[in-house]
This record gives sequence, C-alpha cells and structure tokens, in this order.
Amino acid sequence: MTTMTVTEYDTIAAISTPPGEGAISIVRLSGEDAIAIAQRVFKGKDLTAVATHTINYGHIIDPKTNIEIDEVMISVMRAPKTFTREDVIEINCHGGIVATNKILQLLLSNGARLAEPGEFTKRAFLHGRIDLTQAESVMDLIRAKTDRSMKVALNQLDGNLSHLIRNLRQDILDVLAQVEVNIDYPEYDDVETMTTKLLKEKAQEVKARIQQLLKTAQQGKVLREGLATAIVGRPNVGKSSLLNHLLHEDKAIVTEIAGTTRDVIEEYVNVRGVPLKLVDTAGIRETTDKVEAIGVERSRKAIDQADLVMLVLNSSEALTTEDQKLIAATQDKKRIVILNKTDLARKLDETELQKYVSQDEILATSVLKNSGMDELEEKIAILFFGGIENSQTTVMVTNARHIGLLNQAEDSLDAVLSGISAGMPVDLVQIDMTNAWELLGEITGDSYQDELLTQLFSQFCLGK
Amino acid sequence: MEVKQYQAEDYDVIVVGAGHAGCEAALAAARMGNKTLLMTINLDMVAFMPCNPSVGGPAKGIVVRELDALGGEMGRNIDKTYVQMRMLNTGKGPAVRALRAQADKHAYSAEMKHTIEREPNLTLRQGIVDDLVIENKTVVGVITNTGARYGAKTVVLTTGTAARGKIIIGELMYSSGPNNSQPSMKLSGNLEKLGFVLERFKTGTPPRVDGNTIDYSVTEEQLGDADPNHFSFESKDEDYLPVEDQMSCWLTYTREKTHEIIRKNLERAPMFSGVIKGVGPRYCPSIEDKIVRFADKDRHQLFIEPEGRNTDEYYVQGFSTSMPEEVQQKMVHSVPGLENAHIMRPGYAIEYDVVSPYQLRPTLETKLIKNLYTAGQTNGTSGYEEAAGQGMLAGINAGLRALDKEPVVLKRSDAYIGVMVDDLVTKGTNEPYRLLTSRAEYRLLLRHDNADLRLTEIGHEIGLISDERYAQFEAKKATIEAEKQRLATIRIKPNAQVDAYLKEHGDRPLKDGVLASEFLRRPYVKYNDLLNFIPAPEEPLDRRVIEQVEIQFKYEGYIKKESEKVEKLKRMEAKQIPERINYNAIEGLATEARQKLTKIQPETLAQASRISGVNPADISILAVYIEQGRIAKVK
Repeated sequence: MTTMTVTEYDTIAAISTPPGEGAISIVRLSGEDAIAIAQRVFKGKDLTAVATHTINYGHIIDPKTNIEIDEVMISVMRAPKTFTREDVIEINCHGGIVATNKILQLLLSNGARLAEPGEFTKRAFLHGRIDLTQAESVMDLIRAKTDRSMKVALNQLDGNLSHLIRNLRQDILDVLAQVEVNIDYPEYDDVETMTTKLLKEKAQEVKARIQQLLKTAQQGKVLREGLATAIVGRPNVGKSSLLNHLLHEDKAIVTEIAGTTRDVIEEYVNVRGVPLKLVDTAGIRETTDKVEAIGVERSRKAIDQADLVMLVLNSSEALTTEDQKLIAATQDKKRIVILNKTDLARKLDETELQKYVSQDEILATSVLKNSGMDELEEKIAILFFGGIENSQTTVMVTNARHIGLLNQAEDSLDAVLSGISAGMPVDLVQIDMTNAWELLGEITGDSYQDELLTQLFSQFCLGK
Repeated sequence: MEVKQYQAEDYDVIVVGAGHAGCEAALAAARMGNKTLLMTINLDMVAFMPCNPSVGGPAKGIVVRELDALGGEMGRNIDKTYVQMRMLNTGKGPAVRALRAQADKHAYSAEMKHTIEREPNLTLRQGIVDDLVIENKTVVGVITNTGARYGAKTVVLTTGTAARGKIIIGELMYSSGPNNSQPSMKLSGNLEKLGFVLERFKTGTPPRVDGNTIDYSVTEEQLGDADPNHFSFESKDEDYLPVEDQMSCWLTYTREKTHEIIRKNLERAPMFSGVIKGVGPRYCPSIEDKIVRFADKDRHQLFIEPEGRNTDEYYVQGFSTSMPEEVQQKMVHSVPGLENAHIMRPGYAIEYDVVSPYQLRPTLETKLIKNLYTAGQTNGTSGYEEAAGQGMLAGINAGLRALDKEPVVLKRSDAYIGVMVDDLVTKGTNEPYRLLTSRAEYRLLLRHDNADLRLTEIGHEIGLISDERYAQFEAKKATIEAEKQRLATIRIKPNAQVDAYLKEHGDRPLKDGVLASEFLRRPYVKYNDLLNFIPAPEEPLDRRVIEQVEIQFKYEGYIKKESEKVEKLKRMEAKQIPERINYNAIEGLATEARQKLTKIQPETLAQASRISGVNPADISILAVYIEQGRIAKVK
C-alpha cells in the first residue's frame, strides 16, 4: 500500500482559465463526487438536486469559517453528456488569482484532488468521448506535462518544508508504531500502552504544528500575490505622495485639493523583499459628494481586504474625529500609523494618539523631505517576516496541492480528537491518525507500509 | 542404481507436502469433487507443528476464521485439540481482537491426519516428489523417489522447509527437513531448471525442556479464558473447556547473565559467524539477534508453553537460537525457573528454498508453468496460519481449474488472505513474510467477528460450505438485520431508570426519547444494558449476533469511511490488464516502471498501482494503452 492513492476515477479539480487577471475565471471539477464536493462549499441552491446542465447563482463559502469567498455562477452537468462523460462542475468566479486559488484550495480540502496536466482530456478519452486519433497526443501530453509538473512540484517542495513534514510524519509514525506493537504483540510488555490520552496529546501537538505551517501559507500567498496594503487617511495627508515614493514614479495623481484621488489604483512594489500590492484610496471622510462617496466605500473595502494598513495622519493638524474613526476601523489590522508632514510645525498631540495606538505602531515621517522612509521600509519588512533574521530559512507553503493536503491532514487530526472524545478505542482513532500521516506523505511522496514496518522492527525488540 | 519409473494412477489434483498448507489444499480440492492425492515425506508428520504450539493471535487468528468461512479445516481442527484459549486485545476495538489457542501438537496432527484419511476423494501417501512432468509449459504429473509417475490435471507444491532444508546448531550442520525429517533434495533443482528463481530463507526454533524440571514458582502463570470462544462457526459453546481443564503458560525473563553468555559465545553463533546465508525474519528474531540488536534491553520476555496433554515437553517461546548445544544449556540454565531444566531438544536454525513469490498470479498459479500452484513457506511466508491460508486458496484454485471453472481471487478488502497474497505477488518479499494487522489497510472491515459474513458465500458457492451450514449462516445474517431494524424503530423514553443508568456512567439524563440504535452508539452502552429499557426480542439472541449488532452500530462511522475507500478502488480493481503485454512497446513508460511491470505482470490496474516504482503517470499511460487496445480490437 502506497500513499499515492490516485484512483482512476476520483474527483479532480483545476483552474481551467489561463492564469492572470481575467474578468472571469473558471474552476472545473470532474468525477463522481464533483457535485457533492461543490455543494460542500456552496451557498445557494442545492446543487445535488438541480437539473443537469443548469447554471446556478450563489456564493462560495469556506465551510469551516462560513466566510464568503466569492460570488459565483455554478454550472452543473451530470454524466454522461459532459466533456469527460463524468459529472462536471464549472465554477465561474470573479477572476483574480486570490479568489480563484482560494476556491481551488477549498475544493482540494473538501475531497477533490488536483488534476494532473491533461487529465480532463485523458478522462474524456478513457470514457470514449474522444476518438483514437487523439489518443496519442493525449499520451504525449500526459508524459510531457507530468514530467514538467513533477519537476515544478519538486522545486516547490523546498528542502526546509520537506524536512518539516518529514519530522511531523516521524512523530506520528512513532505513535502509530507504538499502537501497532500494542495490537500485533499484545503480550509484549516493554512498550508503553498507547492510550487515547497519549494519542490525544500527540494529535493536538501535530495539529498545532500543521496550523503553524498553514499560517505560512498565508505568507507564501503574499510572496506570490503581494501583501495587500491599503494606504488610508483623510484627504491630503500625503497618501499619494507616500505611494509615489514607494513606487519611485508618479503613478497616482497627487494634488493639493482634497478628494482628487478618486480611483482605486493598484500597484506592486518590492520593499526589502516583501512584495506589496498597494491600494491607493480616496481619503476616507464623511462626505456628501456622490463621486467621493464611491471612493470612500472602496476605501473601507480596501481596509477589509488588506493584510497591512498604512494609516497616514497629518502631524501638523490636531487629531480629528475622522482620524479617530479610521484608527478604530483599522484596530484589528496589521498597521503602521504614519505621522506625516513632520517638516511642518507639530500640532498633533502624541500622548492623545497613544491612547488609541501603541507606540511601536507609530512612525514619524516627512515624505516630502524623504525623512523616516528607511524606517518605514524596515518596519514593513519586520512586520512581514516577524523579526526572523534570515528570511531564506523561513519555511513557506505556497503550493495549492500542499495546502489542500495540509488542510485535509488537519481535518483528519480533528477526526482523531473527536473520536477520542466520543470514547472510541485507540485502534479506531488510529485510522484517522494514519490518514493524516498518509496525507502528509503525499506532500513529500513517501510511502507508507514499509516505513511503518521498518520502524516497528527497529524500534521494538519483537518476537513471538 | 537408478530407480525404475512406473506409470502410477492419474489424479485430478496432486498436493506435494502435508503441512498446514498442503492439508488445506488437499482437503479443499477433494471436497470440491476432485480425485486428489496428498504426498508427504513422513506420514507421521501430517499437519506437524515444528515450531510454536499455538494457532491464531493478531491477524493470524483472523486468517483461521477466514479459512473456516471458506470451508477450511484449521479452525475445526484446533477447536478439537486446543489446551488453552485466549482472546487477545480485548481492551481494544473490534478490528484487532484476536483469538489464540495453545495447541496439543500431537492431537492436532493426529486429528488432521484422521480427517484426511476419512475424506472419500483424498488419498494420503508417503513418498518424496522429486520432479514434475511438464508438457507445453503445463504440468501434467509428478515423479516420486520410488519411481511412481502420477498423472494430474493440476499440482500444488507446499514443500515448506523441506526444500533442500539444512539444520544448523552451532558448528553442526546437516541436510534435514523440519525436526530432523528427511529433506527434499531434488525438487528445487528441477524447479530451477524450469526457470524458477529461488531464494534461500532461514527460520529457527527454540529448545524444548522437560516440564518436570521447571521451577514454576518463580514464573508468572497465564491462564486461559473462562468465556467461551472458538475459531469455527460450527463449534458449540457447550463444548468449550472450563478454565480448570485448560493448561497454563508461564512467563519468565532472560537475565543479564543470559545476555552475557550469548555475547561471550557470539563467534560460535552461526547467525553472526557467517555460516547462515539465508535471510531470517525481523519479527521473529533469534535470542542472539535480539541481544545484539537491542543491546540496551536488560531482559526479554520468555513464554513457557505446553506442547500437549500427553507430554511434559515445554516450548520456550522467545528463545529461538542456533547456538551450539553446550551454549544453549548454559543459556537455558541462566533463566529464572529453568535453572535445572533439562533440554529435550535443542533449538536450531533451518535454511530452505523459497520460490520468489512475484512469479505467481493472485490465484497462486505460477506464471511460468500452467496448472502449477505453490503455497506456504514455499512462497516465502512464515507461520502455520499464513501457510494454511495460501494452501486453501491454492487448493481451491487448483480444484477449480481441474473442474474447468473460473478461479477465486481474494482482494485486499475481502480478507487477510487477500492482503497476504497481494503483498506476495505484487511486492515479493525479502524475508519470511508474516501477517500483521498493520499490513491491512482495511482492517476494520477485515475483523475476525465478521469473517463468516465476508466469506461464507464464496465457500458455499465453490461447494466447501454445506447447504446446512449455509442455511444457519443465512439465519444468523437475517437475525442480525432484524434486530438492527428493531432497534432502529424502538424509542427509549426519559425515565428515572434510564437517567440513573446514564448518571452511573457520568452522562447527562435524556431530554427527549431516543432510538435504541442511537442509544447503543454511546461507547459504554452494551446491548444487554439496552434490554433493561426496551422489550427483549422474541427469541433470545446468540452472543455472536449481539456482537454484530453492537459493532455495526457503534463503529458505523468508521466502517463507512473504510467501505467508501474500498468502493473508490473498485473500478481500478476491475480493470484487467491483458496477459503478456510487451511493456517495452509502450511509449512513455518510465524505465523503472517498465522493468517492474515486466517482472510482476500485474493482472489489474489496481495491482499495477501498488508496485513500488510505478508512479501515477505510468498508470495513466497504461490505462490509456489498455483502452486503446480495447477500442482497436472492437474495430
């Protein structure tokens, strides 16, 4: 028994549209569980009940958190009148790498497997949908793309990550081996009996470490897609100047008239190794101006979507109620509060500010005079890398397949814990523990049984 | 002088070797209606137990129940001849509970021999099979050392450690089968001539001591169980031996002094001096192996087990050794309780020939020679139960072939026997193979309590389970279903009695009525507790029915999960790979996959996917190729 549990007709998923910022992206599922899997992450009509070849409006939600990911249209096409002759789901979502990837990941965490390159076509062929003349090209496609994607996958699996995963697996393996010894050699008294209590501790510990890894997935996403950074502040506090400074070019329109930056501008910039996706905003302020109102609404949205908020205040003016509203709105975010315009006479009462903002969030700058900018960049880097000295050694999970497998492993560990609390015996709970171990093995491509047996016989002195 | 050959009788099935594999093979073939010959080197060693005097245990005990469900003999035979019965792993879940019996070796052997003698279609005969008669890559008979040429439609080889066996005790080394029996010296060489690849394996056995010279007072007594349990579906609770009529085992330990003696004499240990070339099992190491590999352990468990009722010979389990006799004596005397023990037989190591099992099909027919089957230690396994399981399957398939019927293949999700055979033919083995529960990925489905539910149908279909027993089995199944139905419709209402029961188990009182089936899911609730709150069924239920009802409700979630996994693999299991594929002609296969596939010649896509070194991309390509072939043929 090996870990590569790729069964011929399990349900596969992939993003079917070219990568990039198209208006719409399509995530496709094929296989007998396609509809059930889609239903698990969908809020809207019951997809398992709708007629075939229908398009259904609704939302993709993360079933764990109930958080809405995207507004979508889902096409349900039941076998056999589909491209692959299997049940097929197509999720039309709102483009953008982030949402599309997130949807794919959700599907992978909920029972689908990432499709190999050419696999949809292959299935179409296997089910007789495509004729013989196309077969050879399918085969070439599979071989060529598999080799390439394997290479890519191997590259993605950096040494540190695989080391970490192997450690996790070894820890689980120790537990499994102990359970197995208890079962296969019940009279062997040298080995501690693995109780559900011990198993629970182990499961919790491993789960915590997987969650840590999944957090880095967040960081990894940032490396790939940029740390969504919103620059907010009242009109004319210097937001666009700050953006321009970071961009080193005049992309945003900077004027002295309050409220002129009306469009949300997205720019990418690399600050000390941290890719920022900067979102300029129209200044947030109470306004009756209709055009401005749209801008404000967008700013609030930008704060919601941002991983990092730079809140710009004018140090040459006293704190206004608008400032305070912004401080409140960004309370739960990673943020840097920038006291700009320090070249002008200071009017802002810093002790008052410190009632709402902690000292280490505050940074004084004068964008105009180019002062405090190094410190700002430094702060961004520290915030992101969390003070880790050498970012080279930071382990990050970036691959959608890996993230999906880690999520599934976490689910299995949850099943271990719920089994234990339901009073299940060790050898049953162990089924889920083994499952977690196999899922982790799929990341590193290690196989199961021989490893376990080797462990069993090298660790314990067994003999009937 | 050359022995003159003569034309002897024709049989449908000939089984070579009457060990645990051979007995099952011969009985199965004969009971299916084949005129069967069972050849053995020594008529007094039928179903002989040259090693430990026990049957069953984790995984192995499940195999015995599987055999029984298929219509095999081991379960019935041990139920008639055990001296102690114990259920192991009772504190764990249902999947790993395991029944183990201490056997009366002589009674076991005699009973099996008698059963075979009474089987109408079966002839038991002493003699050594030296060669096979082959025509067109098909076996058509065997030739014995006495010159007899028997014709056969199919032949099953279960030669065990007799195949060019060699016993080693310290510096002493001689050709021998198990327990100083005559070895089979010619057959292996003739198999090699036919093109079979053989390997050399090693196993060993501990010294036996005289029970009158053991000081039991310093050992720990291990009693049998009071509650009745049997291996066979047919055995009755009223026939179960009360504890006082069972025999005990005794637990003791090696001491530092034992280890010292061994360490001092390591250069005389054939295991380490390089004398032994065969590969030994990791899970059943000799005591010298344990001392060397686990140097930090200050003691090792030893179980002193009775060899039977009419003997005072005791088996020192855990003390397998091939040290010189002189050293063995010192070793034995260093063990608490054995200070003055007399060794009756020294322990020994034995080397023997094995047919590398990748040369077999999942039916246990060889790929090289048609109608030839191999089973047991010949295929690289170890253990009576493993041997019997294969013997049964080989016997069934040899019998079916002789009758011109389709073979039986057991899948990994059907039985431990299926797990074992798939492991052997798909991966081969580089040490004597023992079944472990950890080898089974679906072990919750492969329980000992449901072996009858899994396999009786097959046993009945091939004619090894009588209509009468099948009717009993059907009745049991129906009762289980009826009771499950009943519990799923009766409600338990909140009342003082129920609340008191719940409180006693630290649970909260019921708010609303709850279905009895739901109530039973609580971990501490036993079926018999339920009967305090609901009406009893019309007829009192058999304990084995109750066990099923409990397990099927309590572990439903887990069982369902595993069943779904099995379901997913089904289509791949069903996808047959045509015979004699030229893998070199398939473009795109990786070199390693090509070599492995050529060597193993898997029969299904699922089996191919289990070969190490064959990756999913290779399976994809193979699938496309197979499909292509099919479509091409249709045109």
